[in-house]
Amino acid sequence: MTTTESTTARPAAGAAPAPRGGSDRARAEQKLGWYLAGPAFAVMLLVTAYPIVQAFYYSLFDYRLTDPENISFVGLKNYAVILTDSIWWTSFGVTVFITVVTVAVELVLGFLLALVMMNALKAIRPVLRAAILIPYAVITVVSAFSWQYAFSLDSGFVNSWFDWLPGVSADTDWFGSTGSSLFVICLAEIWKTTPFVSLLLLAGLAQVPDVLQEAARVDGATWWQRMWKVTLPNMKAAIMVALLFRTLDAFRVFDSVFVMTAGANNTETVSFLAYRQTIARVEIGLGSAVSVLLFLSVVIICIGFIKGFKVDLSQVRGEK
Amino acid sequence: MRRTRWRRTLAAGAAAVALALPAGCGGAPAGPPVLNWYINPDDGGQAEIAQRCSAASNGEYSIAVSVLPRRSAEQRQQLIRRLAANDSSIDIMSIDPPYIPEFAEAKFLAPVPEDVARRTTAGIVNSAKEGASWNGRLVTVPFWANTQLLWYRKSQVTGTGLDMSKPVTWDQVVAAARSKNSIIAAQGIRAESLTVWLNALVEGGGGQIITDASPQDPEGVQLGLDSPAATKAAEIMKAVSAVGGPGFSTNSEDENSNAFQAGEAMFQVNWPFVWGKVNSAVEAGTVPQSTPDDFGAALYPQTETGRPSSPPYGGINLGVGAFSNHVDLAYKATECIVSTENQRQYFLTNGNPAARISVFTDPDVVEKFPMAPVIAQSLQQAKPRPQTPYYSEVSESIQRTYHPTAGIDPPTVGPATAALIKAVLAKEELL
Repeated sequence: MTTTESTTARPAAGAAPAPRGGSDRARAEQKLGWYLAGPAFAVMLLVTAYPIVQAFYYSLFDYRLTDPENISFVGLKNYAVILTDSIWWTSFGVTVFITVVTVAVELVLGFLLALVMMNALKAIRPVLRAAILIPYAVITVVSAFSWQYAFSLDSGFVNSWFDWLPGVSADTDWFGSTGSSLFVICLAEIWKTTPFVSLLLLAGLAQVPDVLQEAARVDGATWWQRMWKVTLPNMKAAIMVALLFRTLDAFRVFDSVFVMTAGANNTETVSFLAYRQTIARVEIGLGSAVSVLLFLSVVIICIGFIKGFKVDLSQVRGEK
Repeated sequence: MRRTRWRRTLAAGAAAVALALPAGCGGAPAGPPVLNWYINPDDGGQAEIAQRCSAASNGEYSIAVSVLPRRSAEQRQQLIRRLAANDSSIDIMSIDPPYIPEFAEAKFLAPVPEDVARRTTAGIVNSAKEGASWNGRLVTVPFWANTQLLWYRKSQVTGTGLDMSKPVTWDQVVAAARSKNSIIAAQGIRAESLTVWLNALVEGGGGQIITDASPQDPEGVQLGLDSPAATKAAEIMKAVSAVGGPGFSTNSEDENSNAFQAGEAMFQVNWPFVWGKVNSAVEAGTVPQSTPDDFGAALYPQTETGRPSSPPYGGINLGVGAFSNHVDLAYKATECIVSTENQRQYFLTNGNPAARISVFTDPDVVEKFPMAPVIAQSLQQAKPRPQTPYYSEVSESIQRTYHPTAGIDPPTVGPATAALIKAVLAKEELL
């Protein structure tokens, strides 16, 4: 069987070699692909590349929005100011902390939810999926307000519901210190985006071939062994996509911090720092430089994930 | 085949252009010019005034209102972004006073005509006149003026030895709250209200946060945060936060007003809206009449014994957009908006005090606001926040270093803040 397949895949002896770049059909498909994706690609360039280039350009100037007559070229001075300022590094640390904690918890929780959705009875599966996805449908800023109200001292119910827990009382001011503020911020983020992770992982779970599971079961593998040796390795691409998307998203966290603490008690993130320089201070040059550094951080995360996971997404699709 | 496809593409393009045309080329609307007034959110009072002034103009103009965000810093951001783009749709703006120098320096405000300035400042409280001006010139028109009072629960103050008919000091207020194991509701949240509080304390001690605004050279700004008055202010902040209750570092005016209304706080320093709020609660049946009956209002506490306090000044002034196509009409409309009758009506219906002193003796006003004389006195004593085109930076720096107030070190927090402000203005540090 295998021999036949490999023989048919090989060009017949004496046949003309396939022209460079593939057959006519492959070339036509490639062309069609460009026709279909081209406009979207152009629009993407326009709406993403243009602002990035513009931000980099502005980051080289001392430019205050309310004083446009005194714009001056300062080269990389804005970057030097930012990278030597403790505020940047504090914000960066807080951002990394929120990212690591939320993504790690979301990955575990999301996987458990994906397993539940996968194995749930067929009759309740749609209802279960809808129920799990509801938090993701809530707009982030609305979710942030909900969590803030829940934990606030005057309108919140958390203190009265959980006063039996050690450290929680009617007077617990959750937004009064760094640790508890970050706890609530992380909780809100996890609640909001775990469904997204679980959905991506569910797609990965569904792609694991049943025959492999079946074969492992026949060979006497336990549930745990099947999970580690069969399920997870076959979901590598899905896990990478989930981690990558969520890490990028978490690294740009803004709404929850803006609503819950406004950056008080050292809870400021990099996005919030960019907002403060650009929108509040109207220092377009400094703010643009912060935004460019945020963009570079995101690019580095992206490259790190793709290299680290050693997953070629095109291979997963079966192109190579 | 090819021709048909092109024809279809052309037809689709033409349809798209036809759909877009009415939006872009509709021509000028018929009727009198519509003046856009960007207002801060309120209980509908400014929209009512807009309607009255539109009707009173006899067809010369009509006023449409657009509501800005709730927080004053966000109002500033939206207006600045539009004005930086030379937005001609902004005819009249309701502006929070501390941002007026920035608007004026950026040339976002159309100059106030001499006659308008004369008429609209006649009989206006000192603080409102000062807050509407920059570099000695009136650049906006005073509309309504706000100030904070010391609100107290009469039943709780009894027995503390305080005579609330006379000026009291912060030290006395703290001691009284401590003696009754109660709390003082002041704004300890990291927000604009923290700067408002610090400024009132520093000014009340005879100092100033900014001693030389140096508008043309931000690096030349001189600060007075290392003065004895500033140190005393920091000491008071720290002492008050010790009797400020569990949510002191996160409570804003609204939460403090709730705590005071619920009887949890013995004192609060807050704007007069708390009076309207408690009376609305009585009408809604959520609190008994005995609650507002127990409210007392006194002048803002003194920083130093014997030195009159400098209560916070707030409110709204009206600016006319420099890029407006109807500057003359906008000033006509502005004069109508700030008329004595409109200020009186606005005070009565929305609880926002007038900038014109005569309103405070109006019988209807006195009946509805028994503390009107105290508000008037407070407005005469009130001091604006630091006047500088870089107010946003100054305020944000203060919020960063003075928050949470329980953790500040009074002798060092002022100089540290001054150093931060200077570095931020020199663009050597982030904020």
